[in-house]
Amino acid sequence: MAVETLERLLAEHPFFKDLKKDYLSFIVGCARNAFYKPGEFIFREGEEAQEFYLIRDGKVALEISFPGKKPVIIQTLESGEVLGWSWITPPYYWHFDARVVEPTRAIAFDGKCLRNKCEEDHSLGYEILKRFITVVEQRLQATRIQLLDLYGAS
Amino acid sequence: MEPVEKEVLTAVQNPMLPLIFQVRSRKQETNDTFTLEIEPLDSKSEFKFLPGQFNMVYVFGVGEVPISISGDPSKKNRIMHTTRMVGIVTKAMGKLKKGDLLGIRGPFGSSWPVDKCSGCDIVIVAGGIGLAPLRPAIYYILSNRERYNRVILLYGARTPDDILYKNEIEKWRSRFDFEVYVTVDRGISGWKGNVGVVTTLIPRAPFEPENTVALVCGPEIMMRFTALELIKRGVKENNIFLSMERNMKCGIGLCGHCQFGPVFICKDGPVFSYNQVKDLIFKREI
Ligand SMILES: Cc1cc2nc3c(=O)[nH]c(=O)nc-3n(C[C@H](O)[C@H](O)[C@H](O)COP(=O)(O)OP(=O)(O)OC[C@H]3O[C@@H](n4cnc5c(N)ncnc54)[C@H](O)[C@@H]3O)c2cc1C
Ligand code: FES
Repeated sequence: MAVETLERLLAEHPFFKDLKKDYLSFIVGCARNAFYKPGEFIFREGEEAQEFYLIRDGKVALEISFPGKKPVIIQTLESGEVLGWSWITPPYYWHFDARVVEPTRAIAFDGKCLRNKCEEDHSLGYEILKRFITVVEQRLQATRIQLLDLYGAS
Repeated sequence: MEPVEKEVLTAVQNPMLPLIFQVRSRKQETNDTFTLEIEPLDSKSEFKFLPGQFNMVYVFGVGEVPISISGDPSKKNRIMHTTRMVGIVTKAMGKLKKGDLLGIRGPFGSSWPVDKCSGCDIVIVAGGIGLAPLRPAIYYILSNRERYNRVILLYGARTPDDILYKNEIEKWRSRFDFEVYVTVDRGISGWKGNVGVVTTLIPRAPFEPENTVALVCGPEIMMRFTALELIKRGVKENNIFLSMERNMKCGIGLCGHCQFGPVFICKDGPVFSYNQVKDLIFKREI
């Protein structure tokens, strides 16, 4: 896919909403288009976290598996959401399996490439981290609420 | 949107005197929740209710509990109660079979403002057993569908096994004019729906916040987080409605059992606009 088209897809994704065009052009080289079929694993727990994914459409389940038991889905992610942040923090390993539930189109980012760009330009780095912190904060909040056992308690 | 008006249709002459009803059928919905369909023993009685209202259900020799009406308001004398077995009375109620008798006082309380939101988007947010008091509103809205713009149901349950009205949800889902999203806290492999708390569905649900009326029911903590998320999305505070629960005795504003700050849940509620209760639901001591 032409770089301009990929850049347009990046600009359209909510995660990069209002990111300066110069930054988009600077980072688009770290991105690639990706398509996953239902049942496919985008990554597995314990593998090196080399990429993260901006989901364009589809559905992905984050799962944890236990020996001798069926895996448990702890969250599903859909269109407009971000999958994976283990690429930002050492030691860069995935903590869950990501299994595709519905055909999924995504933009995959090479984590190492983006980390290098962020080191090169700290303003870009700050912009990207702010966006990730927002996602992490929303997920943390959702996880806290999930722990409250919302529907059981009165 | 105006605060919910208190509209009480009382079927009985003396609201303290139960009418005798008979169980027509019993359906096990989930592991701990069942639905009873009941009708007045006296065929001359006419029982009408508004979506969101509740009955005081008396299990003879055991006790009386407030339970919302979960059936279709257009079907007179066919009353449904979906109940979770948590304690003495609800467990005894769960043992009732076809033909058994029980006492009913009601219907009591305020209703969902389904008549007052023509032309707007309706977002119904239910958590767990909270889908039961909302089901009459869903029936009403779907049978008057042309009056509303988008109609969306966001429903959260603990696990796929805890989802109420599974067959009916599938039917609703197949309609083109009703968008249904179900999420569970924990899925197992094979579950194709969403996983995450119900509040996570709000940012992505397709409604116009400025023109939306939200009907919310579930445990209080779920309603608090839901209201905050709806407000964050841009829904006006006075367009968000919640159904509150407190222990009750008389059900008609006499005994003070259900007092909630300056209001009584039984007669001023159970359906309140968020504006009416927001200062109370965040207070620890109330
Ligand atoms: C307006 C209104 C509408 C209601 N609608 C419904 C409905 O449609 N379906 C339904 O299942 N319930 C509904 N309830 C709740 C229902 O009234 C209570 O679950 C019931 O009163 C419990 O009585 P019990 O004798 O079975 O339990 P109790 O013996 O009184 O209590 C046993 C245990 O259950 C716990 N408990 C008590 N009340 C609740 C509750 N509300 N939720 C969870 N745990 C509780 C107690 O803390 C205690 O630990 C409604 C309540 C109100 C005020
Ligand atoms: S239950 Fe008696 S005042 Fe509400």
